[in-house]
Amino acid sequence: MRALNQIAQITLVNLRTIPTRLGTSLVVVVGIAGVVGVLVSVLAMSVGFRHTLASTGRPSRVIMLRAGSDSELSSGVARDQATLLASLPAIARDAAGRPLASAELNVMVDLPRKGERDPNNVPFRGVQPAAFAIRDELTLVEGRIFTRGVREVIVGRKASRQFAGLEVGSRIDFRDSEWTVVGIFTSGGDVHESEIWADAEVAMSAFRRSGFQSVTATLADPSDAGLAVLKDTIARDRRLSISVLREPEYYARQANVLGTLIDVLGYSVAVFMAIGAVFGALNCMYSAIASRQVEIATLRAIGFGGAPVVISVMLEALVLALAGGALGGGLAWLYFDGASLSTLNFSTFSQVAFDFRVTRSLLVRGLVWALVIGAVGGALPAIRAARLPVTAALRTG
Amino acid sequence: MIRLVWAQLFRRKTRTVLTLLSVIVAFLLFGLLQAVQVAFESGADTADAGRLLTTARYSIIEPLPMAHARAIERVPGVVAVAFADWFGARYQNESNAFPVFAVDPARYLDMYPEFTVTPAHRAAFVKTRTGAIAGRRLVERYGWRVGQKLPIASEIHAKTDGSLNWEFDLVGILDAEDPAVQGNTDVVLINVAYFDEARQFGRGKTGWYIVRIADPSQARAISAEIDRQFANSPDETKTQPEKEFAIGFAKQIGDIGALVTRILMAVFFTILILTGNTMAQAVRERIPELAVLKTLGFSDRMVTGLVLGEALLLLGLGASVGMVAAVGVLPALNSNTGGRFPPLFVDATTWLLAAVIAAALAVVIGLPPALRVGRLRIVDALAGHR
Repeated sequence: MRALNQIAQITLVNLRTIPTRLGTSLVVVVGIAGVVGVLVSVLAMSVGFRHTLASTGRPSRVIMLRAGSDSELSSGVARDQATLLASLPAIARDAAGRPLASAELNVMVDLPRKGERDPNNVPFRGVQPAAFAIRDELTLVEGRIFTRGVREVIVGRKASRQFAGLEVGSRIDFRDSEWTVVGIFTSGGDVHESEIWADAEVAMSAFRRSGFQSVTATLADPSDAGLAVLKDTIARDRRLSISVLREPEYYARQANVLGTLIDVLGYSVAVFMAIGAVFGALNCMYSAIASRQVEIATLRAIGFGGAPVVISVMLEALVLALAGGALGGGLAWLYFDGASLSTLNFSTFSQVAFDFRVTRSLLVRGLVWALVIGAVGGALPAIRAARLPVTAALRTG
Repeated sequence: MIRLVWAQLFRRKTRTVLTLLSVIVAFLLFGLLQAVQVAFESGADTADAGRLLTTARYSIIEPLPMAHARAIERVPGVVAVAFADWFGARYQNESNAFPVFAVDPARYLDMYPEFTVTPAHRAAFVKTRTGAIAGRRLVERYGWRVGQKLPIASEIHAKTDGSLNWEFDLVGILDAEDPAVQGNTDVVLINVAYFDEARQFGRGKTGWYIVRIADPSQARAISAEIDRQFANSPDETKTQPEKEFAIGFAKQIGDIGALVTRILMAVFFTILILTGNTMAQAVRERIPELAVLKTLGFSDRMVTGLVLGEALLLLGLGASVGMVAAVGVLPALNSNTGGRFPPLFVDATTWLLAAVIAAALAVVIGLPPALRVGRLRIVDALAGHR
């Protein structure tokens, strides 16, 4: 009890004197704010990117690609194969008995970002009518759905925000053809929102393709047993060389390379900055105790123990660190949360648009980093403070 | 004089060493991040002004007929034409472990004189139909040996028997002297003669053309003329100087430069506050000593110079050590990422930039206390501090 009281007393005195040492204290706060700010904002990018891909697809749906292909771009599914796949009993049907399967074409079109001129690989998806029943998360927020057999497209909201000329009513020129944008859609912030969709048949003739790239379908039985039945049927059919993946599995794979790259960048920069900030915190806390030598020695002389002195210095460092962490995290949240950007996903070779996501767990992670830096930076000075020989310290004053 | 500055700087060892360490870390980070940025932009920097790139007009993934080569060769001002096709490699079950291009060996190697291949390797590649040459960093990373079989699967191209598993003979090694170019050699080149004959689909098509022109100042006119050859055909083209293509491609990834700059601004702002505070504190403590120096006959300007010199020394020392550390760290980093990522290196511009930043920081940090000290009146200084 007495020890606690002592700790409280000294710590309060320490904290109250922070304003007189504003300069050095500010160094700790700013230094740690820098680390946490950079860490949180870079990781917010990777969280946003992973979130976009992770929220794509449902476990009850599968994507079928040519065996050996990891992405739609390198896959190829011939028309007769696509028909065959749709007719399999393991695929769900709608009320009218039509299979919930959409054979799709996935090509890329060159579009500049808003206000720029250089082309970007924007994914263009030709879908069959069942696509909308399969992906019921898709909702139109503006305009209407394209008419079958006509050169009309609907555009994901993120694509429409990132790339030029994708507003309802605007005309875009791909291949020897002009297409009209007739609608804007959302689909829960997933990867399809970076895409342009059109009728598969029209797209195939315009892009002079004779085959599809993938077939997306709803499983009749979404359990592992249902999936096994589908895989089994396909494996036994000599006409088919197709690999089947649940959608979430397929899209999670695409997040790996780029997501890891951003994480590595964020953490390595933050580690370096944190080392720098530790030196800053050490400096500050050393000078803090240097300026309080006499005070500390006096306390020791009148009977305060060593432990309260150590703890009080540590607490001061932690309070400053926490302030820095909160400042850095707050700034990152203020400036970046929800900001959107797009980049080339190496796994699909096409653009994917996503938002920075400054999540609560990221902010907590930032504060933890701040506290660790504060603890490391406070420990050595705290020990020195407690070891200070009382008489020598009093004499310096 | 220098000894005096040195003595002042290390008056309080712990404080100076700690400050110095944070400056070192900041510049180490600067060196590394600049290297990343340079690597991203190296495509544009190493571009040859005498080379154009012809791709399909609407998307770079669309194939073009090989027959385009003859038409491009006939365009006035064109000296040579090479082409390459994307193989879509999967190696040891890793998708796109490295790029593999199907090329005409002689045409392709002639197009890139900055690549180095021994004459024996080149000859072997030209005459071996199933031959392949690989970048030196890839060879080192995977422990390949010239003469071995190279089993590489394709995610795109099946052989006539329907199999996606291909096998090539590694007959040579591709390298480059310039580290900025070396990233471009992180590829496996295979002989198109064999590839085109053995593939099931897409025969007679290729991915893109590389065109050498005699006069780089004519690049735009010749590009337009090439595209005019195929206008309104089913296979329209888009031709642009190699540099423009590289810049455009880097932009697809996004503005790496802006990201790096923002991070570095945060780093240096922190350093500014940290070092500035330390300097101000150090000078404040020393006011009586400086007053004594003035009493001994040091002029105002000399005392100002002393303090400013101290800031310069601190930043200069920290910046040099940090940059040297960055240079020292990079080779280890590169050998771990061989082929996955272009080689990182610290170029001359980065050194220059580091020097400028260090000097600017030193002035911003050192000037205010230096001027204050210069204006110091001896009597006040000595009186105030006792």
